[in-house]
Amino acid sequence: MDAIQQNVVQEKIDQLANKEVYVHLETTNGAYASHFDENAYNVGAFIRNAQVSYQHGKIVSTGGSYRVGLKLDLGWVYAEGLTDFEIDEKNRLLMAGHDREGRLMVALEISETPFSHEADPDE
Amino acid sequence: MSKERVVVIFPHPDDESFGASGTISKFRDEGVPVTYLCGTLGEMGRNMGNPVFANRETLSSFRKKELAEAAKQLDIDVEMLGYRDKTLEFEPRQQVAEHLKERIEALGATIIITHYPGYAVHPDHDALGAAVIDAVEDMPEENRPQVWMHAISNQSEQDLGKPDIVADVRPYWERKLAAIKAHLSQADGMMSLIEDHDQASEQLERLKTERFYTHKFQ
Repeated sequence: MDAIQQNVVQEKIDQLANKEVYVHLETTNGAYASHFDENAYNVGAFIRNAQVSYQHGKIVSTGGSYRVGLKLDLGWVYAEGLTDFEIDEKNRLLMAGHDREGRLMVALEISETPFSHEADPDE
Repeated sequence: MSKERVVVIFPHPDDESFGASGTISKFRDEGVPVTYLCGTLGEMGRNMGNPVFANRETLSSFRKKELAEAAKQLDIDVEMLGYRDKTLEFEPRQQVAEHLKERIEALGATIIITHYPGYAVHPDHDALGAAVIDAVEDMPEENRPQVWMHAISNQSEQDLGKPDIVADVRPYWERKLAAIKAHLSQADGMMSLIEDHDQASEQLERLKTERFYTHKFQ
């Protein structure tokens, strides 16, 4: 992944608007958070292959990281803390936010084809 | 030659290296065959390498290769069980147990190494450990392998007392470290978590002694 280039990501978000797309949205501080720090809380959520169509979407800079919001007919998809992106060989828009040690904290991915859901990736 | 046949059952690529690779090395040196039944590809892991080289969609491919490399270092066989990271506790436990029982019997396990359900911190660890116990309890008494359970949680000794097996794995430390480091995407992140822990030296010492509780069947 590379550091987010706002204009490149915005262009891709625009291209994927008003299409049936699959979304992977995730945030996590890891299953070991409260094991290594008893004052920490384990929190996390993910949804894989939510099928949506968004009217429009926007990436907003917060100085250092980015927020992305996608407006649906009946709601929103939202992620904060995104720092890196990649348009992969399957033409999917992958975005993620990492901490100083490179651990993933948040991910938002948009694809015109479903993400792998079996344990075996389609390599 | 020993008549033992060891089957290690953990959910993630790297659990075997952090949790049991010293013990595994000792068994291999004694000529005991060891198979790792790995529950998932660890595809939901947070560590993406440091510096980052994987993403959510490529992580599973990296982890599969890393596991193959660790298995080479440890000279063990690996079988993937095909579940998905973070979801094991939501699968029907009976179904997972039946799947495990079939593999345990096919491999002729005499010793199983798994997590101590309820004391293994990660929900996948707890769920797979519980399914292993169910699987073995469902076997005829005379065929049951021993079950060695790895407890991780900070309060495990308070609740469970001293482990039944305490193996000093310092003689195998280099091999253990090589196996851990084979998990390139994970090793740095986990090692730095351990080193930054408020009881870092204690955590490192824990890696040099592997402790297991043996399951007492009713």
